[in-house]
Amino acid sequence: MHQLVKRVQETLSVGFVGATEWRGDVAVTVTREKLHEVAQFLHDDPGMDFDYIVHVSSVDWPDDEERFEVVWEFYSIRKRHRIRLKTRVPESDCIVDSLTDLWKGADFMEREVYDMMGIRFRNHPDLRRILMPDDYTEGYPLRKDFPLRGKGWRDTFDFLDEVPR
Amino acid sequence: MAFEDQRTTVYKVNPEHPESETLPTLRTEELLLNMGPQHPSTHGVLKVILELEGERLVKSMPVLGFLHRGVEKLAEDGTYHQFIPHTDRLDYVCAMYNNFAYCRAVEKLMNLQVPERAEYLRTIVAEVQRIIGHQFWLGTQALDIGAMTVFFYCFRDREILLDWFDELCGARLTTSWYRIGGVERDLTPSLLDKLKQFLDYFPPKIDEYIVFLETNRIWLARTKGVAVISAEDAVSFGLSGPTLRGSGVDYDLRKYEPYGAYPKCEFSVPVGKNGDTYDRYWIRVMELYESVKIIRQCLEQMQEGPIMADVPSVTLPPKERVFTNLESMIQQFKLFSQGFNAPPGEIYCGTEAHKGELGFYIVSTGGGKPYRMKIRAPSFIHMGAFDYMSRGYMIADAITLFGTYDIVMGECDR
Repeated sequence: MHQLVKRVQETLSVGFVGATEWRGDVAVTVTREKLHEVAQFLHDDPGMDFDYIVHVSSVDWPDDEERFEVVWEFYSIRKRHRIRLKTRVPESDCIVDSLTDLWKGADFMEREVYDMMGIRFRNHPDLRRILMPDDYTEGYPLRKDFPLRGKGWRDTFDFLDEVPR
Repeated sequence: MAFEDQRTTVYKVNPEHPESETLPTLRTEELLLNMGPQHPSTHGVLKVILELEGERLVKSMPVLGFLHRGVEKLAEDGTYHQFIPHTDRLDYVCAMYNNFAYCRAVEKLMNLQVPERAEYLRTIVAEVQRIIGHQFWLGTQALDIGAMTVFFYCFRDREILLDWFDELCGARLTTSWYRIGGVERDLTPSLLDKLKQFLDYFPPKIDEYIVFLETNRIWLARTKGVAVISAEDAVSFGLSGPTLRGSGVDYDLRKYEPYGAYPKCEFSVPVGKNGDTYDRYWIRVMELYESVKIIRQCLEQMQEGPIMADVPSVTLPPKERVFTNLESMIQQFKLFSQGFNAPPGEIYCGTEAHKGELGFYIVSTGGGKPYRMKIRAPSFIHMGAFDYMSRGYMIADAITLFGTYDIVMGECDR
């Protein structure tokens, strides 16, 4: 097991779900209750020292019980290592803790995740849509049940033939 | 007279003055100004709502998404090969580096080894693209804040390289020259000659740009001490590329996580001190010299060899075989219509584009299409720091800020 994963597992008594290492990328999955605690540890611990936020992303797994996966990727500029932190949220209650208090850059990245996937972030200072218009009500585009075409205004044009998908 | 609006400040005239009875109460309030989405210096369609106190910026709220095309959603519907032209349209002034970043990510997913000559070719073209990107940035940034001459000189030299791209792959901007596992075609002797000529021609021209700007008082006044960000904040915001290095953080993926032919080349990474616009400008200009150095070394070291990895299940067959050999044609057809079979898993691969770290996070569940693709676009993340960096500066410095990030909206909105 990777050194970083071992440290994370040691500090967590409960809440550690799993870890993978594939193609050199280390990923740790934790329960969402423990997410902020782990993130705080990654940020503050001198051995971890993850001071740089790379991206925040989300993956939709419609068949799973906990449908959405939220992904953070961190890098340590001094230690030069990378880690991916993941957590799962169910569709009925898709809210996770925001990490904007630890990494300022998480602000826009989390807003994008909210806009594209509809996952809300607790304690986020300004959780609004960012790429789609503010008054957009047709759902969240990157969810798997959002169709690639034939949604909204264009669908009302009766002179357009139905295009098979 | 009381105003309920909390933003309103009421300045009362001194009651001891006898004329205060007759003077009206002076009232000042913050002004909301809408800048963009059609403003010549926003480099595309970017809107920022500025909250002003006099001419000072109190708060700025970037409104993004005017160029949102759903590239990440489109990626889920196409095969890995089919996505390469989409990457051209992300950062449309520097298509080659986007191709490079994307192909590297897919190669990491497929665990592909790229042949050595292809690595050199990729590095050469990527550095040519970096020169183009920095020239474009320098020209437009100087134009935006009042130094017009440099714009013409930069674009004159950029044109030479765009013509070179034209000869290389048939397109000036939307190039799609990189392929998964290698590159589309080799450099011809004519291209090599032209590139060598350019390398001799170019460094004196950089000196010329510097002279134009360093002797321009407007340029110095509008860049020195403007949009300062400390190293700690810059790291916390996730800034990358020259925007981060301007604050003195020596973070360059070409050195930290070497790829391509960079580990075989000697070059230095310029790092700033003050974290202001001037330092970031200086870094970009110094990188022009470094790029020339890298290209020179690559041209010297490059040996003959294949330009595409030979993994028939993933990489495309050479074009001349496609038109003469039935099996190759079937292979090409299958790769484009069905794609190759990627193993299930997820990877993140970051590449140092000239704007910053351009990364692709790909989740694969097997099959020919990515399940989810997230693009880590430096322009988008830099816009996250816009509000923080603009506070307290004059309204005209908002223009400097757009420029100092080197934003391109195609990449920012995706």
